[in-house]
Amino acid sequence: MSDIRAYEQTGDAGFGDYVQLLKPRVMSLVVFTALVGLYVAPVSLHPLEAFAAILFIALGAGASGALNMWWDADIDVVMRRTSNRPIPSGRVQPGEALGLGLALSGISVVMLALATNVLAAALLAFTIFFYAVIYSMWLKRSTPQNIVIGGAAGAFPPMIGWVAATGSITIEAVLMFLLIFMWTPPHFWALALFMNSDYEKAGVPMLTVTHGRRVTRNHILVYTVALVPFALATAFTSIGGPVYLAVAVALNAVFLWGAWGIWRRDEEAAQADRYAVEKKFFRFSLLYLFGHFLALLAEMALVPFGLGGW
Amino acid sequence: MAFREQHEMHKRRFGRNLGVGLLLVGFVALVFGLTVVKVQRGDPMQGFDHVMRPEMVPATPSGAPASPEASQ
Repeated sequence: MSDIRAYEQTGDAGFGDYVQLLKPRVMSLVVFTALVGLYVAPVSLHPLEAFAAILFIALGAGASGALNMWWDADIDVVMRRTSNRPIPSGRVQPGEALGLGLALSGISVVMLALATNVLAAALLAFTIFFYAVIYSMWLKRSTPQNIVIGGAAGAFPPMIGWVAATGSITIEAVLMFLLIFMWTPPHFWALALFMNSDYEKAGVPMLTVTHGRRVTRNHILVYTVALVPFALATAFTSIGGPVYLAVAVALNAVFLWGAWGIWRRDEEAAQADRYAVEKKFFRFSLLYLFGHFLALLAEMALVPFGLGGW
Repeated sequence: MAFREQHEMHKRRFGRNLGVGLLLVGFVALVFGLTVVKVQRGDPMQGFDHVMRPEMVPATPSGAPASPEASQ
C-alpha cells in the first residue's frame, strides 16, 4: 500500500463497514427462510428461543460472508461490482475480516447449541465450513459448476430452522433444502446471461465463460425441469396442503415456461430485445422462491381456522 | 471548548465503540432472557455450584439413593 493511501486510510473502519462484511442482503434472505423452517415445524419454541435461533443462524451466515470476503479480496478488487466492498476499497484490513469471521462463527455455533440443540448447531457449523472452505476456497475458482454446489450453503438455513425446533432432520427439511438448492443454478445462470460481468478478468470460471451461452441456456432448462418435482412434492408432506399445491403448480408452470423461452432463443434474438426474456425469468425466480415459502407460512397460519394442511 | 479539533476519525471511532457497546448489552440481555426461559420451562440442566446432586450419591441396597446424612 502506498504512503498516500495509508494517509487517507486511518485504519479505523466505521461500524457500518463491519456490517457490510456480513453481507446484510444475504442475511435478510437467510432470516426469512430460517424463520419459515422454524415456524412450520411441528414443535414450537418459546418466542425468545426462536428469536435467538434465527439471530444466530443469521450471524453464522454473516460470519461465512466475512470469511468469503477475506478470501476473495483479490477477485473483488478486479471486478467492478465488488470493488467497493470493505476490503478491496481499503476500509477494512483483511486480517480484521478474518478475525471477525472466525469469532462470529464460534459465537453463533455455540450460542445456537445452547439456545436450541447440538444438531442444529452442527448443521450451522457445517454450512459455514461449506461456504467458506468448500465453495469460496475450492470450487468457486476451479469448476463452472461452482454455482450448483455453492447453492447448498444458501439452502441450509430453512433446514437449520426446522432442526432447531424439532431436533431431527426429516423429509420436510430435506425438501425445503432441495427447493433452494435446485433453484439456485437457474436463478444465477439467468443473471449471468444478461449481466455483462467481468468474471473472465477475475479468473472465475462461470459457465457462460467456459462453455458458452448456448450450454448455459440448456443447463437452465434442465435444472428447472429437475426442480419442479421437488417443489411439488413438498405439497404432500406434513407442511404442505391445498394452498401450497395451488401456489406451487402456478409458480412452477410459469417458471418452466420461462426456462423454455430462454432455451429456445439464441444469442442474436436475446441481444435484439436486450435480454428481456432472461431478465423477466430472473425477476420471476425471486418471486418463485418467495412464493413457495410464503405458501408454507400460509398453510401453517391457516391451521387454527381448520384450513391448513390436508 | 475542546482542546483539539475533533477529527473525522474520532467520530468514526466513537460510532464503532457505541455499536460494539450496544451489541454487548443486547447480548447480555439475550443470554439472561434465555436463562429465564430455560429455567421456567424446566429444561434438563444442573447447577454445579456446591449443590447436592442426588444421582451422584451411591445407591443403597433398597435401590433408593441414600440421604446425604447417611453416607457421611
